[in-house]
Amino acid sequence: MTVTDTDKPILVVEGLNVHYDTGKGPAKAVNDVSFSLKAGERLGLIGESGSGKTTMATALMRLTRAPGRIAGGKVLLDGQDILKMSPRELRETRLRDIALIPQGAMSSLNPVMKLDEQMIDAIVAHKPGMSRAALDARVAELLRSVGLDPSVAKRYPHELSGGMKQRAAMAIATSLSPKVIVADEPTSALDVVVQRQVMQTLGRLQDGLGAAVVLIGHDMGLIAQFADIVGVMYAGKLVDIGPVRQMIETPRHPYTKLLVESLPGIEVKQALTGIPGLPPPLVDLPPGCSFNPRCPFAFERCRTETPLLQDVAPGQQAACHLYPEHQVLPPLPAMAQSHNGEARP
Amino acid sequence: MSRELARYLATRFGQLLLIVFVAVSINFIIPRLLPGDPVQTALARLQATGGAQNVDIQAVSAAYRAKYGLDAPILEQYINYWFDLFRLDLGVSFANFPEKVSTMIGNALPWSVTLLAVATLIAFATGSLLGARLAWPTAGRGIKAFVPLMMILTSIPFYLLAIILIYFFAVVLKWFPPAGGVDTTRIMRLDWATTEDILRHAFLPCLAIVLGNVGFWALGMRSQMVSVLGEDYITFAEAKGLPPRRIFVWYGMRNALLAQVTALALSLGSVVSGAVLVEVIFNYPGLGSLLYVAIRGQDYFVIQGVVLMLIVSLAVLLFLVDLIYPLLDPRIRR
Ligand SMILES: Nc1ncnc2c1ncn2[C@@H]1O[C@H](COP(=O)(O)OP(=O)(O)OP(=O)(O)O)[C@@H](O)[C@H]1O
Ligand code: SF4
Ligand SMILES: [Mg+2]
Repeated sequence: MTVTDTDKPILVVEGLNVHYDTGKGPAKAVNDVSFSLKAGERLGLIGESGSGKTTMATALMRLTRAPGRIAGGKVLLDGQDILKMSPRELRETRLRDIALIPQGAMSSLNPVMKLDEQMIDAIVAHKPGMSRAALDARVAELLRSVGLDPSVAKRYPHELSGGMKQRAAMAIATSLSPKVIVADEPTSALDVVVQRQVMQTLGRLQDGLGAAVVLIGHDMGLIAQFADIVGVMYAGKLVDIGPVRQMIETPRHPYTKLLVESLPGIEVKQALTGIPGLPPPLVDLPPGCSFNPRCPFAFERCRTETPLLQDVAPGQQAACHLYPEHQVLPPLPAMAQSHNGEARP
Repeated sequence: MSRELARYLATRFGQLLLIVFVAVSINFIIPRLLPGDPVQTALARLQATGGAQNVDIQAVSAAYRAKYGLDAPILEQYINYWFDLFRLDLGVSFANFPEKVSTMIGNALPWSVTLLAVATLIAFATGSLLGARLAWPTAGRGIKAFVPLMMILTSIPFYLLAIILIYFFAVVLKWFPPAGGVDTTRIMRLDWATTEDILRHAFLPCLAIVLGNVGFWALGMRSQMVSVLGEDYITFAEAKGLPPRRIFVWYGMRNALLAQVTALALSLGSVVSGAVLVEVIFNYPGLGSLLYVAIRGQDYFVIQGVVLMLIVSLAVLLFLVDLIYPLLDPRIRR
């Protein structure tokens, strides 16, 4: 990992809000999210399906589409607010400074264009006037960097396998050596072996470029292997963020603890616990902490007052009323324990 | 050219041949299923209605007997029929004896083909462009006003549209001639005056066809484009920082057009039949008018020839679309 000596963060997200306008009012898919990322850092964002990860990833590049809209906040890339850029600045910034590997990279390639045309398209949009030979050489170089044979350049997307398409999307995303790469579940829909390879490739690319990476996923195991920092999203909110070891070994937030416990262990062959209950509807969040209906630790205050992110340990912040009273997560209340079954020692 | 492409083309060509074969065979069989001698019956009917007074019935009858060998076994007739077709011999007109049907079709065909090709291409191109523009997020209020207009246009019947156009532009404003393909007094030459005359006559029929079809293409393209714009590759194209125009044309329209071309292939039949109607209303000297006059005059072999011609040209057009399609969609080509 190549952390630059300056401690100045490259990406700062402040109070980001993204709403989907629905018939029943706005669904707050990203709700007041703030975090920052230094050059070379790897942030893993996890959360259940529907917790707003993709919504956030697209908002970081200002790609939000109706019925979604960015309802407030800042996305500072190297000090410049992406949400305030002119269309032209925005276009120039995308890919050059911040790149997206979209969820569903399988369907992210234009079916009627050859791969090299799509790669060249991206490069030429930012560096007009490059010669055809230089472009071809760059395409070959990029393909090799993601572990693809340069001959696939002349293929159409339907002639590539899922893993190859995923790599191709990575090659495009890294073609201008961006400072930030947002990778939205780059390995979903791939088999485990290919998942590993793709993650290794992503790691290698990131090392080479020294870029900061936001890796989105819902597989805690995969994220834990890749990331330096883990952020946990629940119902549109960032509820817990901290260094990866700390988050897994001593989870502070009740939701994080449940996520970690739902990891299938390797030595202890425990049943997949899962988390009982469902996330709340985003248009109609419960008062207080959004997690309170499912939280085994919930108490009075959780049902009335919304917890804010606060420091709970060095480098770690959590949005939970158990802090600052507690140092670590207390043992489960007796009632919840019996309610939760026998899997606990 | 890959093996698969070759196979694709061979299949499509086979289909073309099959359609032509079936069409020709039906065209041969139908009249022979009628009771009695088709020539005699047709002539008798003509005589009864006084439509063939100036025709030497005996001569016509003899010509047909000799030509068709109507007493010969059916298989022999069938084979002869094919030979005649290959010599482009479609028989003779009753009403304009002894003019050959092939000559009449040959005279009418260029008018129809040009009018139809130009009008359909204009309608398809402007409709598709407009539809794509309507689906683009930055479509302004001005352009959005086209939507109801397009809906109205697609719901007005062809002939009504044609009549309205004639009334306004030919009768009231007198900007364009109401009918015909060229001035009746004009001697056709390859010069500007003739060209202008032809264009002036073609304008209203062309406009009728364009207006009658443009809405269909615009609305179809709009819905295609809307669904294409929701695709992941559009988001990714934006994430690449491409200029909007590039995304619009090469990522959006380029994909939306695939379905449009399929729709074009499917609607060719109605395009042709609509054009027949327009020709009749404008008395345009094409195949449509020829067919209409022949039906009214019960000019049996002309009807047969024109119908055969229409079916064959439809089959050829379909084949052409099939040829274009793999150029547009690489997934078919493989
Ligand atoms: N176009 C839309 N219209 C209305 N609501 C939407 C729309 N897209 C997403 N949402 C809502 O926003 C929430 C967040 O969606 P998002 O796609 O960001 O989730 P995610 O965390 O990426 O989930 P997954 O892990 O399944 O990809 C969801 O609850 C969803 O219901
Ligand atoms: S604030 Fe209360 S309900 Fe929310 S996670 Fe903490 S303990 Fe559970
Ligand atoms: Mg997602």
